[in-house]
Amino acid sequence: MSFEHPYLPQTDQDEAAMLGAIGVKSVEALFEPIPDELRLKKALDLPDHLTEMDLKDEFQRLSGKNQSTGKLDQYLGGGLYEHYSPSLVRHLLNRSEFYTSYTPYQPEMTQGVLQAIFEYQSCVCSLTGMDVSNASLYEGGHALAEACLMARAKTGRNRMVLSAGINPQHLQVLRTYTRNLDTEIVVAPLAADGRTDLAALKALVDGQTAAVALANPNFFGVIEDGAAFAEAAHAAGALFIAAVEPVSLALLKSPGEMGADIACGEGQSLGIPLAYGGPYLGFLAAKMELVRQMPGRICGQTKDNRGQRAFVLTLQTREQHIRREKANSNICTNQTLLALAATMYLGAVGPQGLKEVASQGGAKAHYLAAELAKISGVKLSYSGPWLNEFTLDLGREAGPVLKALQAKGILGGVPLQRWYPERKREILVAVTEVKKKAQLDRYAAALKGVLA
Amino acid sequence: MSEEKLIFEKSAPGRRASTFPRLDVPALADGWLPASAKRGTALGLPEVSEQDLVRHYTRLSQRNIGIDTQIYPLGSCTMKYNPKVNEDVAGRDGFRNIHPLQPDDTAQGALEVLWEMEHWLSEVSGMPAISLQPSAGAQGELTALLVCKAYHDSKGRRPRKVLVPDSSHGTNPASASYCGYTVETVKSKADGTVDLDDLKPKITEDVACLMMTNPNTVGIFEKDIRQVAAWLHAVDAQLYYDGANLNAIVGLARPGDMGCDMMHFNVHKTFSTPHGGGGPGAGPIGVKEHLRAFLPVPRVRKAADGTFSLDESEPKSIGRIRSNTGNFGILLRGLVYLKSFGGDGVAEIAKRAVLNANYLLALLKDRFNAPYGDRCMHEFVLSVSEQKKAKDVSATDFAKGLADLGYHAPTIYFPLIVPEALMIEPVETEAKETLDELARVLIELDGEDPAKLHAAPVNTPVGRLDEVGAARNPILRWKP
Repeated sequence: MSFEHPYLPQTDQDEAAMLGAIGVKSVEALFEPIPDELRLKKALDLPDHLTEMDLKDEFQRLSGKNQSTGKLDQYLGGGLYEHYSPSLVRHLLNRSEFYTSYTPYQPEMTQGVLQAIFEYQSCVCSLTGMDVSNASLYEGGHALAEACLMARAKTGRNRMVLSAGINPQHLQVLRTYTRNLDTEIVVAPLAADGRTDLAALKALVDGQTAAVALANPNFFGVIEDGAAFAEAAHAAGALFIAAVEPVSLALLKSPGEMGADIACGEGQSLGIPLAYGGPYLGFLAAKMELVRQMPGRICGQTKDNRGQRAFVLTLQTREQHIRREKANSNICTNQTLLALAATMYLGAVGPQGLKEVASQGGAKAHYLAAELAKISGVKLSYSGPWLNEFTLDLGREAGPVLKALQAKGILGGVPLQRWYPERKREILVAVTEVKKKAQLDRYAAALKGVLA
Repeated sequence: MSEEKLIFEKSAPGRRASTFPRLDVPALADGWLPASAKRGTALGLPEVSEQDLVRHYTRLSQRNIGIDTQIYPLGSCTMKYNPKVNEDVAGRDGFRNIHPLQPDDTAQGALEVLWEMEHWLSEVSGMPAISLQPSAGAQGELTALLVCKAYHDSKGRRPRKVLVPDSSHGTNPASASYCGYTVETVKSKADGTVDLDDLKPKITEDVACLMMTNPNTVGIFEKDIRQVAAWLHAVDAQLYYDGANLNAIVGLARPGDMGCDMMHFNVHKTFSTPHGGGGPGAGPIGVKEHLRAFLPVPRVRKAADGTFSLDESEPKSIGRIRSNTGNFGILLRGLVYLKSFGGDGVAEIAKRAVLNANYLLALLKDRFNAPYGDRCMHEFVLSVSEQKKAKDVSATDFAKGLADLGYHAPTIYFPLIVPEALMIEPVETEAKETLDELARVLIELDGEDPAKLHAAPVNTPVGRLDEVGAARNPILRWKP
């Protein structure tokens, strides 16, 4: 075979011997089942192959065109955060028995991944205060969509009442998922303090409501009183979905404590790199009575025939490979490796470390907010409590201000105009434990300079 | 290998595997948070030292296998080598540490990666428009079906049915129901291909789409696919190409040229990205021109001056199928892989995958029942139903026997149309000697004492599991 490639082991001699065993004269003959008119006749409009050395050069060029967190001092959040991930997480994930492994359908050979998934499920249950977690979903938006569909399946109702504080991208994903499923989505507004308007939400909840969904902290950073919303949902026979940020759970009331039936969210902040949008980790946990409605893989503990504890994918009669069109979701491949990353991260920081991550981010964010609010014309948009992300009103159009900050090496925040066209002056600012006081002071000075 | 405790069982209060710098700003003031919003319960996370944590997960990795340790002849899963350079590239600071909400002018390299990946996928598939958004194959299926629905809606039509062959992947019918369609199954003929006599009368005005895998899941090329496309197009129904088996034809034939209107790619199959123990994947879709306007947002744009941007302003789009721009890190690895083969080499993937599969089939066909003949594309199906009848040795018993000899099993009991199925896909990255050895082992197992196979595996860290008990009394989390 004339084309030499490191991923292809067949020599000319191999090829001849293999063709002989098959009983054909050429590899080409093996493609005779494809009718000639369906064969590709032209050369592909693609450049020739690159060796490993050339690949590295090519992708060094491309990665060099990006300005990473090391080059820009960035304060972007919106559900995805720059956290410190201990070195061990990356080293352990790079064990190729983990990352080159297939879905553990043959449990005797894959106890390692299965046990790690079981530990992941246990961590998610502990953090959220729920009974059962699945083995992961694609990302936070997907988790919200599946949570709502679970509620729809459990209650037989089709109306979803969501807080306006739900991540706007997640809301868009839910709308896309339910486009053809006869599902009504209504959004309850925020009150002036940035928390969801409970009275307005109650007025939207009716006998057809399957679920009430609330984000905590909400998209604007404000901390909600989840228990009141759980009560409102339950009073109408609806389920309560808490969409939560996992690091914040170190300090904030857990979904279980709020009385939630389902908890969901984006797990990227648990040691997973930002990587321009993915792969991330959707997490989904629920009360035990909802386990049959839960989508995706679930790992369970059992025993082997030698009496040892062992782990296995279980309750598979919910899934597409068994139930086909009657399955409770279409998901197959999930985000197992990221679930492992989150588990390793949580083991690395432990309960005390997670509290420090949350409270240091909070303290640094509050310090920065106070400094920024000293600048004339700048103020926080909301008076409600918040942790490490806040909505800032710059007093003038945000776009040019952010550009001027960028010229000084600072990405000052996410412009709200991106999703809320009328909110031109406001930005969402996130601060995590990775920031130093000197950086925060420089940001405040830079903004002061830009606005002067 | 002895049992490895759970990480929680190694926990001791006060131990930790990382510490953080001293806080250099004032701590949060008392009362920053109303008492009603505070967490009142313990976090319940393990407390372990760094070395103990590293040993724990290293030991768990030793209780697991991967492509780097042995062949995975799993049919329809395309378990090929995961190149190391892909991991190095994806680990570069300029790709790993960029936020998806960064301004476009600070992420030009990432956008160029996405733009290029769209071009490569378009060229190898013959599909003019690509969306990289979907997170995995099943989400790609759902996205394409949503596009199909939006297309028919735009013409004021409401076809309600999706047709799927009885040999199809379970995700096909599941995605169709998630999109609000009803599912109708089409029979296969004895040769494993779609039964056109069963199919033709089912193609009515009420059909939105037919989902086909080609080569299909028994490894046979559906040679009448263009005829099928013509029948569908006569009633404005769409032909969906499930890209799970694209490895068989990549560089040699294109779904777009077969009359397919839409398709998904499994980047974690055809384009070598690691399966990660079950994910992540990436499931981009490709569509023909008449469906382009309905693709999910954001779209990647290239301006006349060569700069790239994200665009969400597509009025007919189905919307957003996931947050941000897709599983970027996976798409990036896929592009590195494609570039390593290039336009001049990509067909070599399919050629050698098909050569390997036919060779392995030739080694096994005299000993095992190969219900679809002695030729195949990239994979083939054997049935051990005779062994099941004669000596009560099932497909599961073969799988467990293989485990004892250090081999991962083929896909078993799929497709559903073959009793006691072993579905084998040896992929192009496996050497002849590896295939010789796998064949030798399978033949040896066929002559093995059934009692030994029923007891297998005995050489693995755990033996056969009580799966019924696991489902009947679910223990789904650790509790103190």
